[in-house]
Amino acid sequence: MTIAKPGPQASPLSQPFWDGCQERRLRLQYCPDSGQWVFYPRALDPHSWSTHLQWRDASGRGTVASFIVVHKPGHPAFQDEVPYVVALIDLEEGPRMLSNVVGCAPEQVRIGQAVRVHWVEQGGEVLPKFVPEEFAHKEKD
Amino acid sequence: MSHWDCAIAGIAELTPTRRTEGETTLGMIARVSAEAVADAGLEPAAIDGLLVGPQVGETPQHVPATVSEYLGLRPTMSNVVDLGGASGAGMAWRAAAAINAGMCEAVLCVLANTREPTPPRSPNRNPIREFDVPFGASGANAAYAMIAQAHMHHYGTTSEQLATAVAAQRRNAARHPQAIFRDAPITVDDVLHSPWVAEPLRLLEVVMPCAGGAAFVVTSARRARTLRQPPVLLAGAGEKVTHRAISGAPDLLSGPLKPAMARAFQQAGVDAGHMDLLSLYDCYSIMLAVTVEDAGLCPPGQGGPWLAAHDLSAEGDQPLNTHGGQLSFGQADLAGGMSHIIEAVRQLRHQAHGRQIADARHALITGNGATMSEATALVLRRED
Repeated sequence: MTIAKPGPQASPLSQPFWDGCQERRLRLQYCPDSGQWVFYPRALDPHSWSTHLQWRDASGRGTVASFIVVHKPGHPAFQDEVPYVVALIDLEEGPRMLSNVVGCAPEQVRIGQAVRVHWVEQGGEVLPKFVPEEFAHKEKD
Repeated sequence: MSHWDCAIAGIAELTPTRRTEGETTLGMIARVSAEAVADAGLEPAAIDGLLVGPQVGETPQHVPATVSEYLGLRPTMSNVVDLGGASGAGMAWRAAAAINAGMCEAVLCVLANTREPTPPRSPNRNPIREFDVPFGASGANAAYAMIAQAHMHHYGTTSEQLATAVAAQRRNAARHPQAIFRDAPITVDDVLHSPWVAEPLRLLEVVMPCAGGAAFVVTSARRARTLRQPPVLLAGAGEKVTHRAISGAPDLLSGPLKPAMARAFQQAGVDAGHMDLLSLYDCYSIMLAVTVEDAGLCPPGQGGPWLAAHDLSAEGDQPLNTHGGQLSFGQADLAGGMSHIIEAVRQLRHQAHGRQIADARHALITGNGATMSEATALVLRRED
């Protein structure tokens, strides 16, 4: 029996982010008062406490801040995927996001590596995962 | 008069166990509380303050009232302290603050947990559940492996250095009758050949969940001097909370324990070099390296070499986690963090039989919760 992977469980506030993912657009909140981008989606900008947040398309580019290779997943639904890479991605716009690096072997991932968003269907959802730039040409979006 | 003028007057600890059957958290809280109050030489009726932990899934609300009723207490101050692994240390200064504010005189601080064969999954609906779990990153392992990877990349920290500390703590655990891995010695090679969990962390660098409990009683220093045990004074405390998910950490290489320890040292009028015991929260091997750096025991990035260079035993030049740390003593959920306090009190009372640090006078205790998110530091001092 296959255990379903846990999906994102959106809230009304975060729904625009996941709707963007369905359209394969990485949409983040932007605060014109502080000039800061915000991720994950919030009711206010944690830098300025301004509530004037706008949804904007992000570039989808970033760098690997750190990463791990999961051998023993915390959730049984991911057992078939091991070993897989979970990474912290510093998005070009500023926020740091947790995701997976795909499209290359785990031993080819490194800190500081340039990556770009790569959309992956999982269950009924589309998740923003990332592929290293040097392997990006091998992956079709 | 010291900054807090309060003391830990009583302690108790249940022996960590891998599984429980037919136990309730309330029952375990009751047993360990009774022992701690008796250890202090107090009557139950003397307890007028109560600090407890959150009990997800068992007593989700009204925890202080439920525990009070179960124990027959009528506290004039009670609360939940919800700081993960820092909860125990966080209770110590909150108890002292409440006593100094005149709200109560003797505070019972207690944490315990059961561990049934099939623990229920937590019913989270928080940002971690939404933005981390779908990427296969549930649990703390991923977060601390990120910290380890960053430390190794930026500073050249090695698995061998971390494994040295893990093996040293296991030797310490062999001298503690309650340690869950007392009779399971390991070598550095054993650590390095244990299976990957979240690379670069291996199985023996990751704390093993178990069941257990711990409790301590805080009173004014003046009252503690009239009781059964040598008073162990709260000389300093510090605390900081910075984030929850690892993606929100302001820094992967240094944590909120740094300012927390700085405040604790400042209040106590000492620094890390004065500590006879380092009782440092060790959910993962890497946490020890980050903490000795943040404590100022060595420059940033030198935590790995520092751990490998020092003798961490009770007779060593830097006694560290003489109970084995949670990696070898056992992590009974939130009470695991309290084990660092209980061991420090035993050492400062000079009651750590078979592993006593000679003339122990000062101890540093760190508590660490979530993903290097919640930090509490205490400096405890033996009164002489």
